[in-house]
Amino acid sequence: MDYFAQQLINGVVLGSIYGLIAIGYTMVYGIVGMINFAHGDIFMIGGFIALITFLILVSMGLSAVPLILLVMLIVSMAVTAVYGWVVERIAYRPLRQSFRLAPLLSAIGMSFVLMNFSQVSQGAQVKPIPPLITGGYTLRDSGNFAVQLSNVQIVVMVTTIVLLAIFSYIVSRTRFGRDMRACEQDQTMAALLGVNVDRTISMTFVIGASLAAVAGMMYLLYYGLVDFFMGFVAGIKAFTAAVLGGIGSLPGAMLGGLAIGLIETFWSAYFSIEYKDVAAFSILIVVLIFMPTGLLGRPEIEKV
Amino acid sequence: MRDRGIVFIMKNAVVSALLALVLFSLMIGIRTESGPSGQLTYWTRFGELAAAVGAVFVGSIIVETLKRWTGSIGPVELPETVRRAFAMLGRLLTPALLLFALLVPVIFYNQRYLLDLGILVLTYVMLGWGLNIVVGLAGLLDLGYVAFYAVGAYSYALLAQSGLPFPYFTEASPYIAINFLQPGPWAFWVLLPVSGLLAAFWGMLLGFPVLRLRGDYLAIVTLAFGEIIRLVILNWQELTGGPNGISGIPRPTVFGIPLTPGEDGFAALIGVPFSPTHRLVFLFYIILALALLTNWVTIRLRRLPIGRAWEAMREDEVACRALGINITTTKLSAFAIGAMFGGFAGAFFATRQGFISPESFTFQESALVLAIVVLGGMGSQLGVALAAIAMIGGFELFRGLDQFRMLVFGGVMVLLMIWRPRGLVSHRAPTVFLQKQTEIASSLVKEGRG
Repeated sequence: MDYFAQQLINGVVLGSIYGLIAIGYTMVYGIVGMINFAHGDIFMIGGFIALITFLILVSMGLSAVPLILLVMLIVSMAVTAVYGWVVERIAYRPLRQSFRLAPLLSAIGMSFVLMNFSQVSQGAQVKPIPPLITGGYTLRDSGNFAVQLSNVQIVVMVTTIVLLAIFSYIVSRTRFGRDMRACEQDQTMAALLGVNVDRTISMTFVIGASLAAVAGMMYLLYYGLVDFFMGFVAGIKAFTAAVLGGIGSLPGAMLGGLAIGLIETFWSAYFSIEYKDVAAFSILIVVLIFMPTGLLGRPEIEKV
Repeated sequence: MRDRGIVFIMKNAVVSALLALVLFSLMIGIRTESGPSGQLTYWTRFGELAAAVGAVFVGSIIVETLKRWTGSIGPVELPETVRRAFAMLGRLLTPALLLFALLVPVIFYNQRYLLDLGILVLTYVMLGWGLNIVVGLAGLLDLGYVAFYAVGAYSYALLAQSGLPFPYFTEASPYIAINFLQPGPWAFWVLLPVSGLLAAFWGMLLGFPVLRLRGDYLAIVTLAFGEIIRLVILNWQELTGGPNGISGIPRPTVFGIPLTPGEDGFAALIGVPFSPTHRLVFLFYIILALALLTNWVTIRLRRLPIGRAWEAMREDEVACRALGINITTTKLSAFAIGAMFGGFAGAFFATRQGFISPESFTFQESALVLAIVVLGGMGSQLGVALAAIAMIGGFELFRGLDQFRMLVFGGVMVLLMIWRPRGLVSHRAPTVFLQKQTEIASSLVKEGRG
């Protein structure tokens, strides 16, 4: 039972990271109807930016951990948001009216560009950092197994919850959120009613990228390392999460993220760690076969 | 007007350079590296940063100037004679390419590197034609094609080592035992069709669950399928050797006669001195024959009911169902036949390399083959061949810049999509016509939703 509780905690933390990435996928899919294949690599870039910021701050002699974390978060979100904006501007906007395969291939190309850009500029080795947040609580100690809740895990979960609150406020209460939902339903009509469609789509990418940056930083804090290839698998799993939750649905993305995180953790804990990715991908296939619209998605109506 | 243009261009360039500064300041300006004690260290690279930002500035000016320049000219109206000459050249291109391909081993007999490159290009031409059946004709977007390539390669490698399993009856207790038939020198020729069949079987296996999926969902499931196959190969160490791969895969023989320097070798048999180039030439002709077989089958199938059903399904699946076309068999056959050619190519790859490992079957390969198909114009056989030559040839040009290769590849993919989203050869020749065969623009062809 204690082992189960421990895995539950680990799974929720991992799921929060996936959920943050999945929101970017689901938002972009909702508004422009394409899989932003480069989103996983945006997440990886976010991790790298956080890492580099951390190194600079430490070498400047800063030692207050909360301050370091805050600056890392802000810098990483801001710079990665610019990455998201530029990717949309270069690779997707010229193809918005094009046929459906073109943006997908362009996105795959962009994913290669980002992945290999960071490989070329930062090298192929794994970059480890010393643990920034140490310590934790022992929730239960039954003698031979102790259920631990580390401070990093608390930070990841709290950050996710706070960001989700801010994010859902933006989507449901602000002018921009209304514009976004309007563009999702009908871009032409939204444009006729005075919504700047181009800007709204750009902003969607910016928000998605900054959430991915947060996920990248959380990944860095939690696992203590980044490498140039981490975006590919994390990206596919986050997309799986978005599909599982029902693509286009924002709470669905978070729910799907948690589900994938839990499945992966429990699979590693109880079955085999080598096949955890196989498990996640198989879940994707099974869900799409039996529930093509996901947990919270709307069914796609086929017009003839 | 002209002044405003220049101001506009300069403003654009400054904004691009500023953006580049934000993007690159941390990623290029700072280089991180793990030190000897595992501690991360970093150093600054302001020179490289300045160069990158400067390159973006200059690049932006060039691009904007070119845009203005081409924009003011407008589409060029070619005179009738020139257009006719182009049409003539277009018709001559296919036979000329074919003749050239046949003569490559003769012309470049002494250049092993070029022969190797030719074999590589033809492998991708074949993969492109195979995937073209699924993506170009049936309109099913497949991002996991490399899975079938892997199945073909591993089928050949494993069966060549163990021999073909062959059950027989015994008097003793389990009553059925399995013998392993060793094909010996015939290994490649016996196992080539077997590999293709096994790959086709896996194609069907993928086909069943995705029957109801369409568009991007289908793409992502095929991607997941490809990754599952790769991960299983990577982790099933007892069978596949895991990351170490399989080595010592038998080489092909000239229908039983080995290409070795010994007494019974092919060279001794026909009375010429042995040369390792013989094998390369032989491999070249095998893959050329396999690729042409793929092409021929595709061209023939397009004229058969099944091929017409594929193209109809690409255009409108609902209408197809309404007209009584069995969507299940149509989709499954497209997956199976496409996969079969992938399996053939995989078996060829294994016999050519003599060594395979999961590293050769990553998602990058799938993306490369798909890029070849889309750049070739989705459904155009000639276009796919040209795109394969351009892509693989271009890839080789960047061999010196090894780490920049994928970077450039990704960039080229994005630029080509923006420049020609419909591919290089962007018109189609319909197989059914009323009086006279005319080519139609590919923007009229649907890309399929399935």
